[in-house]
Amino acid sequence: MSQALAEQDQYLSDFERFEERGAAPAWVQSIRREAISRFAALGFPSTKDEEWKYTNVAPILRIPFKPAAAESNGLTTVEALERTISISLPPERLVFIDGRYSKELSSRRRLPERVRVSSLAAALANDLEALQPHLARYADFKTHAFVALNTAFLEDGAFVYIPRGAIIEEPIFMLFISLGGGKAEVSYPRNLIVADRDSQVTLVEAYVGLENGVYFTNGVTEIVAGENAFVDHYKLVREGEAGFHVATQQAHLERNSNFRSHLITLGGSLVRNDVNAVLAGEGVECTLNGLFLAAAQQHVDSHTRIDHVKPHGMSRELYKGILDGKARGVFSGKIYVHKSAPKTDAKQTNKNLLLSKDASIDTKPQLEIYNNDVKCTHGSTIGQLSQDALFYLRARGIGLEEARGLLTYAFASEIIRGIKVASIREQLDQLVITRLGDKFRGKERLL
Amino acid sequence: MLEIRNLHTSVSGREILRGIDLNVRAGEIHAIMGPNGSGKSTLAHVLSGRESYEVTAGEVIYEGKNLLQMTPEERARDGIFLAFQYPVEIPGLSTTYFLKAALNAIRKHRGLEELDAMDFLVLVKEKMKVVEMEQELLNRSINEGFSGGEKKRNEIFQMAVLDPKLAILDETDSGLDIDALRIVANGVNTLQSAARAMIVITHYQRLLNYIVPDHVHVLYEGRIVKSGAKELAEELEAKGYDWIKEEVEAARGAGA
Repeated sequence: MSQALAEQDQYLSDFERFEERGAAPAWVQSIRREAISRFAALGFPSTKDEEWKYTNVAPILRIPFKPAAAESNGLTTVEALERTISISLPPERLVFIDGRYSKELSSRRRLPERVRVSSLAAALANDLEALQPHLARYADFKTHAFVALNTAFLEDGAFVYIPRGAIIEEPIFMLFISLGGGKAEVSYPRNLIVADRDSQVTLVEAYVGLENGVYFTNGVTEIVAGENAFVDHYKLVREGEAGFHVATQQAHLERNSNFRSHLITLGGSLVRNDVNAVLAGEGVECTLNGLFLAAAQQHVDSHTRIDHVKPHGMSRELYKGILDGKARGVFSGKIYVHKSAPKTDAKQTNKNLLLSKDASIDTKPQLEIYNNDVKCTHGSTIGQLSQDALFYLRARGIGLEEARGLLTYAFASEIIRGIKVASIREQLDQLVITRLGDKFRGKERLL
Repeated sequence: MLEIRNLHTSVSGREILRGIDLNVRAGEIHAIMGPNGSGKSTLAHVLSGRESYEVTAGEVIYEGKNLLQMTPEERARDGIFLAFQYPVEIPGLSTTYFLKAALNAIRKHRGLEELDAMDFLVLVKEKMKVVEMEQELLNRSINEGFSGGEKKRNEIFQMAVLDPKLAILDETDSGLDIDALRIVANGVNTLQSAARAMIVITHYQRLLNYIVPDHVHVLYEGRIVKSGAKELAEELEAKGYDWIKEEVEAARGAGA
């Protein structure tokens, strides 16, 4: 039996035990079962699959990850947590340890009436009415094996519901911490964010791992922006050196909504993110920004897909990669303009900076257009630090290492400037300037 | 301050400078003129440490030190400043941020305390006047979208902030209209002092109506073929470079 098949069987038998244990509404159980049968049929992807051509998941399959245990892990005080991951925690936050909601570590302030910010587990236990129309309705578990696996094991994560017209000014943080803790464990964070019409919200999803923990985070986040809603979303991936992260973010955008997505990838052994947005109503504005920094042997893959389904949609996509050491980056961006989407205005750009001769990037920008009345452009570049610019800085007295740092920062700043959450922007500023060369693996922490 | 002895350099195997000798003392202004391709910009880049030029013979002594052994940043910290002919655009990095990093690197090297943001701003405000620089330009990315004149002003502004001992101006005048030229030249004159030396590289005599040199050298085919006082510049302007070329050819013929 091949490694992938044996590993698949392992996940299937884990599911049987999970199903015996996990109480959930009948409609959820039925989704789980449908998802596991899709996973059984699909199996894990191999590099023969076009969408996985440059990312080999074998390193994940080699390790027999077990579902994260439910018991508490000793990290129960805010002080202990802050010490462990060296950050100060934002005041409005949901905290998850190895995929499970921690009431002790989370903190909630008074939010307007009818705003729901809770764990998905709690929302499922109460079978809240906002769940069923949305949960597992957008992220495609029928063709994507990792989404299927996550959906089969869906149990906990963040649930955010912003009712019609509510304006939430302070960002809501969702902090996912993986401790590893000696056992190789897999967690399946499952997040659902629904911003009803005319509402506005800023969300930060941060994934943080400890330095040496071996673990696998398989996440799915579904985001719904209702009519005329404004959603500003940030995802930060700062997994530990031996952490694996495979996740899908699926946004469903209704008429005249405005969605801004920022994917910042800073750490992890193998990180794959699928960021998908469907412009399902007329006049949607969608921004997908991304910045990935990788060094040493890291592998970072960012896959994006934007579906323009209705007229007058606008999408702006800018992904920038900075690769050092022997790191390998992948960018794949597809803009799919349906026949039903005239007057689409789409622009996609991918720019990559290679800081060492052993670093590499595979970039694959794609346009598929089935309507003639559209404006679409795309482009990608791969380059090194400009020798002219380096000399210019050095000729002013700035040392070589600092000059490299400043130019790397300059490259990233276009993305960083677009970040509206000040605490993230400021930390990134410092992080990008100071992390260079082998220092990419340094001890600076971001959230 | 600076002594160049028999300097030979080549770029990818092609010899550009073929034996330069030049002495520059504190307080002096030296103009280096010459036709296109004579090696003027190469000399400027070699003095500031550009690595793509290979020095094949000769030496350069700066304040008693072997200049050619120093990195570009060491030279800058020891007081050498190059005003670039083509200042580089760096999107994403503001002039103020960059210049503060540069100034503090130099101050640290000189054993001075690093300036904080407030003190730096005070200094910048004062030096902006030298070249009538606007604050708005400083907050923008370095030279991005600047006009030719704004880029050259930015170079002289940086020189004012960094306060070098030896300034090398590489065709700072080229491409400037007369108003911009006047502003840049006035800036340079303001910065002239008994402790500072300047090497002004130019293709045109026009700049030297505003910046009066103590010595004028003509560079041709990688050698200084003629040196004189400021009148030499006027003669070049009136007669062009052809007579220099003819003199060189004649001398070569006589030598053969």
